Order: sequence, then C-alpha cells, then structure tokens
Amino acid sequence: MRHLMSPLDFSVDELEKLFDLANDIEKNREKYSHACNGKKLATCFYEPSTRTRLSFESAMLSLGGSVLGFSDANSSSAAKGESVSDTIRMISCYADICAMRHPKEGAPMVASTHSRIPVINAGDGGHQHPTQTLTDLLTIRSLKGRLNNFTIGLCGDLKFGRTVHSLINALSRYDNITFIFVSPEELRIPEYITDNLKEQNIPYKEVISLEEVMPELDLLYMTRVQRERFFNEEDYVRLKDFYILNKEKMSLAKPDMLVLHPLPRVNEISVEVDDDERAVYFKQVQYGVYVRMALILTLLEIDVNSL
Amino acid sequence: MLNVGKIHEGFVLDHIKAGKSLSLYHHLQLDKKDCTVAMIMNAKSEKMGKKDILKVECDIEEMDMDVLAVIDHNITVNVIKDGEIVAKKELTLPKEIKNIYKCKNPRCISSIEQELPHIFVLDEKKEVYRCKYCEEKTRQEL
Repeated sequence: MRHLMSPLDFSVDELEKLFDLANDIEKNREKYSHACNGKKLATCFYEPSTRTRLSFESAMLSLGGSVLGFSDANSSSAAKGESVSDTIRMISCYADICAMRHPKEGAPMVASTHSRIPVINAGDGGHQHPTQTLTDLLTIRSLKGRLNNFTIGLCGDLKFGRTVHSLINALSRYDNITFIFVSPEELRIPEYITDNLKEQNIPYKEVISLEEVMPELDLLYMTRVQRERFFNEEDYVRLKDFYILNKEKMSLAKPDMLVLHPLPRVNEISVEVDDDERAVYFKQVQYGVYVRMALILTLLEIDVNSL
Repeated sequence: MLNVGKIHEGFVLDHIKAGKSLSLYHHLQLDKKDCTVAMIMNAKSEKMGKKDILKVECDIEEMDMDVLAVIDHNITVNVIKDGEIVAKKELTLPKEIKNIYKCKNPRCISSIEQELPHIFVLDEKKEVYRCKYCEEKTRQEL
C-alpha cells in the first residue's frame, strides 16, 4: 500500500505514468466514470480549504465513488482532543482512501503510519501540498508537451510560498530548467533552496523587476502574498500590491508563455489578463481534478486496463 | 593529576569534549544501570587542551551507542577485556534516532500528538538531523 506525502514520493517514471493516466482520463471521461464504484474517499480536513476538498470530492465522484468526511476540526473529534493516529484508525474502517489536510506539519505522515488505507497529504501547514505540485506539473506537461527545457519565472511570495518550494524541487529533476525568482527583498526565496540549486548546477537568478525578465520566460508562476504569513498588517499591505500582472506586462511576454497560479488570486493578476489565452490558471484547476482522479486510481491499485 | 585505576571489563569513552560527560552519562542511561562508572572531567589533553573521560564497567553490547555519534562522533570508544583494550569502536551517525532530540517546531504535529515518538532522520548530504514529520532541522546541542 502506498501513500502520497511529498511530490518526490513518486519517481519521474511513476509521474509519467500518472500523467499519462490523467491525460487519458481527460480524453475519455466516460471510460473512468465507474472505475471506483463502491469505493469511498474520506476527506479529513482539519482546516478549511474549500478548493482542495472540492477538487478531491469531484475527482472521486467522477470516478463513480462516494465521499464522506469533515471540513474543519471543530466538526470532528479532534475538537474533543482525539489524536490523528486514533482518527485515522477509525477512518480506515469507514473508507477506502483518505485525503487529509491538517494545520500541523507532518500530521498526514503520522496518519499514514497508523492507517490501513492509502493516505494523501492534502496540505500540512507550510510543509507540503503534493497534489498542488502534481497539478502544476500536469498542467505544464499537458499544455507544453514536456517538463524539460524551460525558463520558469516564479513571482510573488517566494519566502513562505509552499507551492513554489515544492514546484522547484519537483522541476529540479528535469533537464535544462532555468529558474528566475522575482520577489521583493522581504519575500526572497530561502537560501536553502538556492543552495540546493547551486549544488545541482541548476541555473537561477533573483530579480526584483518582473518586466525586465518577462521576455525570457516560457512559464510564469504567480503566487499570492498571504496575509496569514505576516506578523504585522503594515508589511502585508505594503507588499501585497508589489506585483500585479496586467495586460501591459503580458505584452512583453513570449506569445506562447503560460501563466500559472495555484489560486485563490487576490489582486496579483488583473482580471483583464483572464481572457489572454496564455492565462491557464483556470485550466490548471481542471487538471487538478484529473491528476487527483489518476492518483486515486493509482493508490487504490484499480486495474485501468480492464475498464 | 588525579588517577583513576584501570577497569577490568567494559569500555572507556575518551576524547569527550570537556564538560559533556555528564550529559553523556544521562543519554547512555547509565544512571539506570547497576555498574561502576568513573567520570573524569577537564583532564589535560594534548589534542584537545581539556577533555572528559568516562570509564564504564558494563558490557558495551548492552548500550545504545547511537547517541554517542550524535553528540560527538570524535569520541574514541575503547572496548576493555581483562584490563586491556581489545577493540576500538568506530562511531557513525545513525540514520534515524528516536527520542534523543525533541522537535521544537511549534507547527509540527509532534507538538500536539499524544505519545508520538520524536524521530529524527539523518540528512546525509548536510550531516544534520531533520524531524521525520516536519523536516525541520534540529539546532539543539545535546
């Protein structure tokens, strides 16, 4: 039995298989619509995350399975002080697979060690959010046809942005990737990440101005500056509007550059960009469902060849 | 100079950083064993200036020596039989250690989960230990 805790749990070859399956699902929705008949997904969300939870639920329902679960800690027995390891033992009796979101880092891993069913980390504090990274990779691979030979700009909160850190780790496994980190001084990419890149001889540069690097980019990954990461309101207010992607900046970009964003967006991408065909963040949401469908099938070891 | 006699059967930990032997004594749980222990602190050392030495009359196989390497892998371990050194044990950093460090990350599940062992995994590239759950590296000194 396998779990998914980090995007690096899957080898590059395993990811290829997963993405091939996701692309097949995209083309043949009907073929997979009963693949999980009789199977149940438990969504154990100890903190609210409507988007991720709905994506998991939509994925399982699209496979013909059913869902049960809770969407914040107050409506679960965690409010009564139950441990994660006790909860997962109970959930193992109710469901066939579990997606867990928890504010504490490592909680899904603790769950996986006591679980009789596969556990998917659906986000654990500022630590990992592997299905977001799988979504990002599938989006890039599906729309660009490859996961190598890119210059990718990552823009916004690079200090606290968990999705950014995960994506860098995941893309570092592919050939000929150049990273360009675009952030204000206060939200620079942590040194341990640039140290890792140096060790692997992966080229990167850090810049403050987005305009200056726009023409070089094949991909632009925008992120939100999150209020909850700041200790004081002043810093948040000062930095939140630092980068706003608008039509003018988009005019500097290559005609086939793609803009990704893990969403939710606040104001860092102007709505006028939404109509630009290079803006693929809503397509990304759809790929999120496909990759979660592929992941559920893979972890449940459903024989897709017999469908 | 203070003289402490030879031990007959057991082991001698030499080249312990001065002042660390008491902490070693506790981490090796020697306080729970019924054996003779001599702790020499601040002994003169050519190599280190000052050092601590621990002499323990107890079978080395009964000891969990993992903790030694974690505290200081420069410690020399001499195994004694019939009053003579019969072997020197190499200390290597264990891949995983349990309940030696405590994860100090307040966002880590180990801060709230009942009776969860504090497990740290060796990051071999960096020679640091990281919490198995949150991957935060430890900055604690033992």
